[in-house]
Parts: sequence; C-alpha cells; structure tokens
Amino acid sequence: MSPSSPARRALAALLRHRLAMFGLVVVVLFVAAALLAPWISPADPLATSWSAIRRAPSAAHWFGTDENGRDVLSRVLWGARASLMAGVIAVGGALLIGVPIGLLAGLAGGWVDALISRVADAMLAVPFLILAIALAAFLGPALENAMLAIAISASPVFARLARGMALEANTTDYAEAARAMGNPPWRTALVHILPNIAPPLLVQATLSIAEAIIAEASLSFLGLGQQPPAPSWGSMLNSAQRFIENAPWLAIFPGMAIFMLVLALNLLGDGLRDALDPRSARR
Amino acid sequence: MFRRIAALALLLTASAASAQNLRIGLREDPDIMDPTLARTFVGRIVFAALCDKLFDINARLEIIPQLATSHHWDDPKTLRITLRPGVKFHDGEAMDAEAVRYSLNRHLTMQGSFRRGEINTMESVEVVDPLTVLIRLREPSAAFLAQLTDRAGMIVSPRAAEAAGRNFGLRPICAGPYRFTERVAQDRIVVDRFAEYWNAASTTIPRITYQVISDSTVRLANLQSGALEMVQSIDPDDVGAVRRNSRLRINITDELGYQSITLNVANGARAQTPMGQDPRVRAAFELALDRQVINQVVYEGMYTPTAQPVPPTNPLHVPSFQPEPRNLERARALLREAGVRTPLAVEMTVPNSPDLRQAAEVMQAMLREAGFDLRINTMEFASSLQAATRGEFETYLLGWSGRVDPDGNTWTFMHSRGPSNDGRYANPEVDRLLDAARLEFDPARRRELYAQIYAIALRQDRGRIYLWHRKNIVAHSTRVTGFTAVADGLIRVQGLRLQ
Amino acid sequence: MISWFLRRLGQILPTLLILSFGIFALQQLMPGDPALILAGEERGDPAVLAQIRAELMLDRPLLEQYGHWLWRLLHGDFGFSWRIRVPVGELLLDKLPVTAQLASMSFVIGVAIGVPAGVISAVAKDKPLDWLMNAVALFGISMPNFWLGIMMILLFSVQLGWLPPSGYVPLWEDPWQSLATTIMPAFVLGTGVASVLMRHTRAAMLGALEQDYIRTARAKGVVERSVIARHALRNALIPVVTLGTIEFGRLLAGAVLTEQIFSIPGFGKLVVDAVFNRDYPVVQGVVLATALIFVALSLVADILYMLINPRLRAA
Repeated sequence: MSPSSPARRALAALLRHRLAMFGLVVVVLFVAAALLAPWISPADPLATSWSAIRRAPSAAHWFGTDENGRDVLSRVLWGARASLMAGVIAVGGALLIGVPIGLLAGLAGGWVDALISRVADAMLAVPFLILAIALAAFLGPALENAMLAIAISASPVFARLARGMALEANTTDYAEAARAMGNPPWRTALVHILPNIAPPLLVQATLSIAEAIIAEASLSFLGLGQQPPAPSWGSMLNSAQRFIENAPWLAIFPGMAIFMLVLALNLLGDGLRDALDPRSARR
Repeated sequence: MFRRIAALALLLTASAASAQNLRIGLREDPDIMDPTLARTFVGRIVFAALCDKLFDINARLEIIPQLATSHHWDDPKTLRITLRPGVKFHDGEAMDAEAVRYSLNRHLTMQGSFRRGEINTMESVEVVDPLTVLIRLREPSAAFLAQLTDRAGMIVSPRAAEAAGRNFGLRPICAGPYRFTERVAQDRIVVDRFAEYWNAASTTIPRITYQVISDSTVRLANLQSGALEMVQSIDPDDVGAVRRNSRLRINITDELGYQSITLNVANGARAQTPMGQDPRVRAAFELALDRQVINQVVYEGMYTPTAQPVPPTNPLHVPSFQPEPRNLERARALLREAGVRTPLAVEMTVPNSPDLRQAAEVMQAMLREAGFDLRINTMEFASSLQAATRGEFETYLLGWSGRVDPDGNTWTFMHSRGPSNDGRYANPEVDRLLDAARLEFDPARRRELYAQIYAIALRQDRGRIYLWHRKNIVAHSTRVTGFTAVADGLIRVQGLRLQ
Repeated sequence: MISWFLRRLGQILPTLLILSFGIFALQQLMPGDPALILAGEERGDPAVLAQIRAELMLDRPLLEQYGHWLWRLLHGDFGFSWRIRVPVGELLLDKLPVTAQLASMSFVIGVAIGVPAGVISAVAKDKPLDWLMNAVALFGISMPNFWLGIMMILLFSVQLGWLPPSGYVPLWEDPWQSLATTIMPAFVLGTGVASVLMRHTRAAMLGALEQDYIRTARAKGVVERSVIARHALRNALIPVVTLGTIEFGRLLAGAVLTEQIFSIPGFGKLVVDAVFNRDYPVVQGVVLATALIFVALSLVADILYMLINPRLRAA
C-alpha cells in the first residue's frame, strides 16, 4: 500500500474532479460575495430612490432597481449573507439533529425505533406555520430563530433517510462481519455505515438548502428571519411576486442566485460522493 | 367529424351556460354568512346579493330606502320606520314589522353578535302595525340610521332563524334579490335569482358565483382569460394592464375607510418612550413622512393622502384639515427641542401584507433622514391584533374598512372609552366633542365639531396619524353592464346585466 | 410478520393522542387570542371577549378543553369551525378528494419523470445528458412554485387560452374539466417531486452500479439493461422510497402556495387559513388527518423496504 491515507486519496480525487472544482469555485465566490459585500457592491443596498423605482436593468443598475428604487445587484450581494446562513446553518442543524437520531432508530430497532419513528411522523404532520409562529413569539424576531425553525422542521426527513439506510446497511455482509468481530455497534455505525449512507444525505442536504433559502422568506413575513430593509434572496423573491408581470427582473436575479448556489453545492456534493467512494476512485 | 360537432356543441353550451352565470372573484374567503355574526368585508359583498337592508346608501352616500319605504324621527330618540308592502323572504314568509322586530332584537341580543356595538343605543323595537315599527333609542344618535344601511339593517326570516339557531349562517334566508344555493368553503358561494324579490325587475342574471381567488395576479388572469366576469379588487399596479385591455372596464371609487398609524401613548410599559410621551416627537415623526411619495411609490399614486379619518367623498369630511407638507427641518428641530438622542429607535408593528410592508420600508427611509431609526416588526395579523390590544407595540400600521357615518371612523379609535383605542389616547375635551358629534343632526355643525376634534386630537396631541384613503378598484368584462360603484366597495347586483 | 403489523397499527393511537395534545399545548403558547380574532372590530369590548371565550370554552383550563375535545372526538365529532361554523369533519371530507386527486397526479408526474431521469442520468454519468438533466432538476428545486405557477397561468390561460387559470372542478362532476383545472398545479408540484427523486435515484444508482455483484454480472456479460433493472435499481431504491413516501405525505398534507396560486380548495389552504384565523378545531382536524397519513406512509415505506431487501424481514 502507498503511504497515502484514504482521506488524502479522497482529497486528491476531489481535486481531480473538474465539475466539483467548478462547484467549489462558485461556492467560494458566493461566500466571498457575502463577506466582501460592503466593498464590492456598487451601491448601498438600503439606499432608496423614489424617482427610480422598478427600473429595468441598465448600465447604472446592472440588475435593475427594486420597488423602493434600491439597487438589485447590491441587494443580491448583501442578501447572500442571510441566505447562505439560512441555508447552510439550518440544513447543518437539521443534519445534526436528524442523522444521529435516525441512525439510532435504524440500528437499535425495537421500541427505540418505534418511538423515534412515530415522533418523526408526528413532526412531519405539524404545519410549519404553527411551529414558526410559536417560535417567533417565544424567541423573538431574529434570523437565527428562523434557522432554528427550519432546522427543526427539516430534521425528520434526515432522520427517516438515515434510519432507512441504517436498516439496510445493517443487513449487509460487512456490518454482520463487523458485529461478528466484536466491534461495538456505535463503531460499526460510524466506520461502516455512515460512509455508505453519506451519498443520499449529501444529496438531500444540498436539496434542502434551496428549500431553506426560500422558506426563510416566508418566515420573515411572520416576523422571523431577516427583517426589512435588510435583504435576503428569499424575501427579495417574495416581494417580487407582486410585480411578476411588470418587473420580472426582481424575481429573476435572486432566483438565479439561488439556482447557481444550489447547482454549485450539488456539483460539489457529487464530486465529494465520487471521491469518498473508494471503488469509484479505482475506475 | 362527429367529434368536431360534439366539441362545437360543448363550446356552445359552455358559452350559453356562462351567460346564465355571473362569476365574481373575491380576494378572500368570507366568514360565516349570518348578518348577526359576520365580520369580514368580503362577506358584505356576498350579503349585497342575499340580504336586503332597511336602508341603503347611494353613490353620494345619501341614505335611501330599501326594505323600508320611509322613516321619520318622532323625536330625537324615537325613529318610526314604514316598511315596504308585499316583500317576501326566500322561504316564502312575509317580511313584516314582526320580522323587523325579531331581526333587530337578534342583532342586539344574540350571543356573540357583532352588531350589538353598532346598535347598542337601541332600547326597544315596537310593532305598531304590520308595516310600521317604532325604534326607541336610549339617547339621540346621529349615526343610528346609517347603521341600518349595513348588516345591522339586514332583516332575516324569523322562522328560518329560529329553526337554524346559530347555524343560520350555513344557509341564510333573507329578503335579498338572490337566494343562497351552495357554499364550498374557501372556494365559492353560489346564489340564484329569487323570482319573488320585491324588485325582481332589477335583476336578470339567473346565477351569481362568488369565487375566492386570493392571489391578485391570478385574479386578474382569470378576468383576462374570461374565467371571471368581475373581480372585487385589483392592485393599483395592475390598473394599467386592465385599462389597456379593450374587453375590460375598470371602476375606481374612494373607500370609506383609511390607513393609519396607531401610536401607543398610554397602553402599558411600551408607551413609556419619548415617542409615547412627547407630542413633539410624534409631530416630528409625522412631519418626516411624505404621504404623496409613499402613495406614488407603493400605490402608483392612486390612493388619496389624508390627515383625517373621514374620506373626501363623505359630506362630513373636513376639507380644511389637510396633511402638513413634509418638513425635515422642523422635524429635526422638534426632536432637538424634545431633547432626545438621535437616532431615536421607534418600533412599528406591521401586519403581514406585501404593500404595507413596502409602505413601512418607505417610511423607514424617510424617517431616517429626520433622526428616527424605525424598526419594522412584521407580524401575521392575528398576532398583531393581540399585541395591539395588550399594548405590546410602539406604533401599529392599521387599516380600517370604514363606516358610512363618521362616528364609526372616529369614536371607537379616539374616545377614551373607544373599544379600538389601542394606544389609549385620552383627552376629556376630545371625549366631550366626540359625544357631542354623535348627538348632532345638523351636518354643518357636526362637521365643525369634527374639525375641532382633529385640531386637538391630531394636530395638538398627535394622538394618531392618518395616512391615506385606499380605493375600491372593481374591474369587469365589457359583457357586464349596469354596475354602479358606491364608496362602500360593495357590488350591488340590482341593475347588473350580462350579455 | 402479522404481529409486527399489528404492533404498528397499535402505535397509531398513542401517536395521534400525544400529537393532538401537543398541538393543543402549542395553541396555548401561540400568540393571537382566538377570541380577539373572532371579536374582530368589537375586540375592545371585554364583554364580547368574555362571551366568546365562554362559548368556545377558551376560559377553561387546558386539560379540560382537551378532555372535552377528546370526548367529542370519541363520539365521532371533530367540532366545528369557529370561523364559518361548518363541522370540521365535513370540511375534511370536502377537501380530502381535492387534495388526494392533486397529490396523486403530482406524485405520478414526479415519479414518472424523476425516477427514469435519475436512472438515465446515472448511466450517462459525466456526459452532457447527465449535466443537462441535473441542471434541469436543480432549476426545478430552486424555482419558487409561485413563479412557475404564475408563468404557466400567463402562458396557457391568458396567452393561449388552453386551460382555465384557476379553480377546481370535482372529478365526478366533469372528469375532463377536472383534469384541465388540476393539470397545471399538478405539474408545478410534480416537477418539485421529480427533481428530488431524480437526484436521489441518480445518487443511489451510481452507488449501486459500483457494487461488486453488478461488476460480476457485467463481467459475465449480462445485458446492460437487465442488469440495471434487476439488480442495481432494486437496491438503490431505499432512499428513493424514503423520500418518495415523505414527498407523497407532504403533497397529501396540502401544498399551500400552489393551492393559493391556483385557488384549489385543498388541505394546505384550509390549514393556513385556519392558523391565521386561529380556528383551532380546524387546525386540530387537519393535523390529525395529516398525522394519520404520515404514519400510514411510513408503514408503507417499511413494507417496501422489506420487499426490496428480504433480509430486513428477519430483523
């Protein structure tokens, strides 16, 4: 065997993956846009101009102006902050809550599984709106609380996904072999099962980010999430709904931003999947 | 070939069927269709077809007879009403003095009645003869007659109401031009022409379907594609599109209500701010706003900027009381005089609706220039109502659908005992004037009383801020004719024709 | 197997009990007093509020309210809507066929597009076809439903005049018109489901294609297509089944925004209006019905897992 560890081999595979690298570059660009927004935006994202409302894209305003005469490009750049956080942190939270619980259900079985699964069913049945209004009342209006609401409501999906995969992985030969060799169950889960169930989790996580970014906007209307006039992609999309016929660029640019981000994250996720899979690396 | 004929036949029957059915798009789903228990504005639009009232209003906001033929004040506390003979309810029962007595008492005493507040000056109703009733009031009221032009004046069939009890609203039986046929919650309400209506000659369309379509773009799309003949409300942004369409007509009238800012001046701990305690700060706040610009940016300049609760269409509007022009220098000077540290943080509770949110953002930008830091707190409506009642707000952007008589737009919001006075504004002199305006039957003297009220409550004390009067924008296909717009925003079905 | 099934059925009742109590408690914690909403413009009058609270038992302790509600439920009575006074059971029965029809159509569209697209995409990995399909799927995920919905209405109803812009006609009244009113919303919802299923199917297929036994089968020269069909797809199905059942459940729970845009009177609109108006008996009814759907669907998922992987049956 060469001295390279599996991790380094995976990294090398990832770096060779051209599409994944493209995705990575786009994601880095978005993060940079969010961090550097104060320096790179052409205008103040909050500066209103009553004489220039809903102007179509032009040399002065590349992405046009919004319903209050604010520069849409600057708002997309600044909005990256709230939206990246809403998407990534909320989904990260959902993964952290959902996956361990789902693994536990799948591996332990019996009443533990029954309890966790029924709680997940019940949580899926609670309307998101009720949860959001109650949280808005208790925790107050803040972006972090919106992320919490999204994380809680998205977690049962990850739990169910992890459980299903754990159930299946548990029956495979290598899991049985690991048990036969006397490995403790948590070790089996961590070492043998988690890598095998990572691909669907990655897929779901990248998909959920798009949902979370859009969900953040509906929450800001309930007093959770980004509050006006601060921008987020989701809230920009929401206010664009009124002007969908008269000023379509209000929806197109934040929509494109979400699409680009989600596309990039998915490419990165696919690359990661390929890289993590030792068999595909050999191909 | 056969298929083509069949398709053609289908097409023909479809168009024939649609001429039989006027489809009207509503912005939201009405609540219970019981005149005593109903609360929503959209519900009133459907009631306009179902339930006739003792009186109605016309386009000049004059009170005209409907189920009554005339009225007479025997003295300022006794109202004599003569009823229209030969009127039948949808169940065939006669609409007579007994039915009027029953309905008014039902409005006044039924558990959970929303009409009680409107007619609680009423002491008793007496049947003089089958076509005459005598209403005795506890105190004179200039506003009482106007209440009988709305839901409080709707007469229901006593037999049906007794039989159905609290479920009367599931199948209302009144004496209107159309009778209730079916309702699918959140979808539609269907009514059919009532052939025995007392003024049946005024109605020709056999069926009206009220269709709930909450998205305004989609409501308009339905009208444009011919799936609706009429829509209750169009956004100001879409008016241009309707005007450009030769097959559509638009009808714009001033509403009876207003958009305002409730200021928390004495309701709990949240009133203990410079904004709540110092009229100079509130004056600075109001002087920083440019109503015309807000109107231009958010509503395409279609609404009417105002400083008072009564719209210009109302004869009791006070023309001399106009919004002050924006004056940043005076606003800043007032803030300095009040000795507050700028930027002064003020929170505004905004019910979740896209246009109000945008209006709040515009105000936020304007106020920033004067030295205010307006924090917008969007809330869904139910939460915001509770916050307002409990005093958990500093300022609250609130709309009011409006009443025909100015009392309904003023007393409950400005009187120290007013049930909707969420900011707990109180001034004994204003209370006295409001009470006096209630008793004053002479329009000129009454208008003078309102002028005094506004001068004290709004200019001197800055107890509330009035922003603008909205518009009722009704659009319809050219196939619909005979529509008369009235400031109350209702769609009166009498005289409507469909080609 | 039968005892396992019975045990699962036995879990339904406690789940619904605990959930309904949870929703009851959540309603107490939520801001927005139902009495204030119902009082409307009379909300400043304490007598009116007291009267409403008394009538709706809102002035009683939580446990008493819950007990009362449960007792009525045992008699088959879900209560009535505070807002429009229609019995909740009737409302649910009204909306159920609408939502069931829309959900089924959307799900069929979602599966019919999503699963084959995922398989093709995995087989054509890293080829232009794969890229195109991924881009389309991710576009479907990123595009808000209102946008797609309104664009379709503007195109197919206003411009072309092919389809009614909104509304709903029941299937049994006029099947043709019913399909015409539901095809656009079903497509909007279906594309969302298709995107999710496509991405999961693709990932799972890629994993499965790498399994050793597939390589063996390939080495033995088994025809490519039958390899994919019989071996790879079967094992790849677990996450697809998981997500598929969840997505179907979500569709059945009602798709608020899409129903709103197309004015379809289904569960989603019902529950949102009920929450905004604090019409709690309706919220309770819908949540219970939805929970029943999710419990049933997770049972379906577990049965499908066993069909896919017989080894699970032993466990």
